[in-house]
Amino acid sequence: MKRMPWLLRDLLFLAVLVVILLGVQYALERSADYYPVMRYYHRILVLIGINITLAVSLNIINGHAGQFSLGHAGFMAVGAYFSAWLTLFYFGPYVDKLPESSQFIAQNALLVIAVFVAGLVAAAAGYLVGQPSLRLRGDYLAIVTLGFGEIIRVVILNVEKIGAARGLSGIPPWSNFFWVYFLAVMTIIVSVRLVKSAVGRAFLAVREDQIAAEAMGVNTTRYKVKAFMIGSFFAGAAGALFAHYTPAYLNPQMFNFTKSFDVIVMVVLGGLGSISGSIVTAIVLTILPEALRAAKEVLHFDRDPRMVIYSITLITLMLTRPQGLLGRRELWDVLARRKDSIPKEARDEGNADDKLDRDAGPPVT
Amino acid sequence: MQEFLQNLLNGIAAGSIYALIALGYTMVYGILKLINFAHGDVFMLGSFMGFYGAGVFARITGQTGAPQPSWVMAGVILVLSMAICGFFGFLNERIAYRPLRNAPRIASLITAIGVSFFLEFGGQFVFGPDPKFFPQLVEKHLLNIGGVATTNYQLIVLVVALFFMALLQYIVYGTKFGRAMRAVSYNFETASLMGIPTDRIIVTTFVIGSSLAAVAGILNGLVYPKIDPLMGVMPGLKAFVSAVLGGIGNVPGAVVGGLVIGIIEAFVGGSRFSQFRDAIAFIILIVILLFRPSGLFGKYQAEKV
Repeated sequence: MKRMPWLLRDLLFLAVLVVILLGVQYALERSADYYPVMRYYHRILVLIGINITLAVSLNIINGHAGQFSLGHAGFMAVGAYFSAWLTLFYFGPYVDKLPESSQFIAQNALLVIAVFVAGLVAAAAGYLVGQPSLRLRGDYLAIVTLGFGEIIRVVILNVEKIGAARGLSGIPPWSNFFWVYFLAVMTIIVSVRLVKSAVGRAFLAVREDQIAAEAMGVNTTRYKVKAFMIGSFFAGAAGALFAHYTPAYLNPQMFNFTKSFDVIVMVVLGGLGSISGSIVTAIVLTILPEALRAAKEVLHFDRDPRMVIYSITLITLMLTRPQGLLGRRELWDVLARRKDSIPKEARDEGNADDKLDRDAGPPVT
Repeated sequence: MQEFLQNLLNGIAAGSIYALIALGYTMVYGILKLINFAHGDVFMLGSFMGFYGAGVFARITGQTGAPQPSWVMAGVILVLSMAICGFFGFLNERIAYRPLRNAPRIASLITAIGVSFFLEFGGQFVFGPDPKFFPQLVEKHLLNIGGVATTNYQLIVLVVALFFMALLQYIVYGTKFGRAMRAVSYNFETASLMGIPTDRIIVTTFVIGSSLAAVAGILNGLVYPKIDPLMGVMPGLKAFVSAVLGGIGNVPGAVVGGLVIGIIEAFVGGSRFSQFRDAIAFIILIVILLFRPSGLFGKYQAEKV
């Protein structure tokens, strides 16, 4: 079959995606009228979507570029608070003044703007953090990014305008299933296409051997900062959508380094560098603590044992599969019983760049 | 001047607790190149063992009500808590880290995070999430040294911390075990080829580090009696920062790093920037790492191909 022109193909894909997401969104809202418990599942679905975005974006930094960052929650906080500040003080009052009929369109358009700007601000923060600290390696980088994440949190804790320690409430609850999953799918697509691009190849080169990459003319610091900025952009955007989702309340405590740990656990447990691995573990690790709520009733404990079971599960999983669930492979490689995401013949030949693109064509689109 | 001395004294007391925790981080990192994120929570465990130990001690000796302060009790509790935490360190290394010795390093980092979660959530599950009040182990006196208000507790903290630091210094640089430890830290494989039982050295390092964390937990309970299952998180992180500041893997460096962080925090806490107290440790860390990446006393190692 002849291939469709790329523009047509992408537009078609976009249209199908929008229709599916809107359909699910509609179904979720309708069913909540009849079954109130659906609101709970709706919320968990949204949290899964946000965690997918966070995990996949952190995977760009940690898995693809190999830079161990422990400050992802900090960038999420930057995005969340910046967008909340925009909508709470500027966009919200503006929408309220509009006539009823145009409010719906205006609020969604402004949400998109707020999310995008929040992503850009988070990326700028990523640049400021990354530029000096990415000269460091390994554990030192990890601890510095953790430090930056904490500094961001302490700063937010002391800015009275955005609620300080009380937290920020009254943010317009504009975010919904549709936007969260739209962002998640966009993150996945960017991430998948990125690995196959020249920039993504440079990321992998930096990850595999920084000195060799440098010798080959890759400007390592530039690419590391680039990976950092891309990851931070999506973390900030995810934070923005999180801020606008009911109950639309933000507290600096939500973005402490435990949140960063949660995301890094998803990435490592899924297999560093495996996009589908990050997605799978983001889903599983969001559902697991919720599913374990039942344990309290079954085991007749006074206190809730779910997080204890969760942490034991975490340790056991890591002990049994130190390379992560999927290792460096993607889900489709595992299903096709391939050992590595790079096809064998491409690995064996010297100049295999064009071959690679043809053989392992984009699996998502 | 008085205020300066007051801040300095508070800083030294807090800093010596950081230093005791930092020693555990720096020893484990020096040997395994592993950030043992669970270490701060072992400190919490030590504090709680002291809390429950005091209750048990009071019951055995037939007291009713709150435990009566006595030096005997303080000593018994300190040893008991060190033993329990040391045993936990042993289990921790055996179960969570040793199976991953040859796996990618990031895997053991994640299990370290898992163990940390286990202790925090397990602590909330077993001890309850609400704060408890650490008993007075010995009689509390207010002291006034040259206009600086203090308690005998702060002095006890200083003396006990110094004692254990000196003991550790002796173990690491003065005994056969310490020499083996330094050899393992210098080069793991060569050390094992030279007949050093590396596994035993590593597990003992964990035991020593964890019991030092228990000492820190007890001392912390004396000075700041409010204890809860999440109390180890922040001191743990700051202690790690101290270890990096002093040059990770370097024993005297960790002590100096801990004292520096403690003193600077005390001064920031006493100034009008007091609300940024929790961030200052990380700001120092970042500045140090940017200008002297190997820490104050670490040796710079050029990267080789």
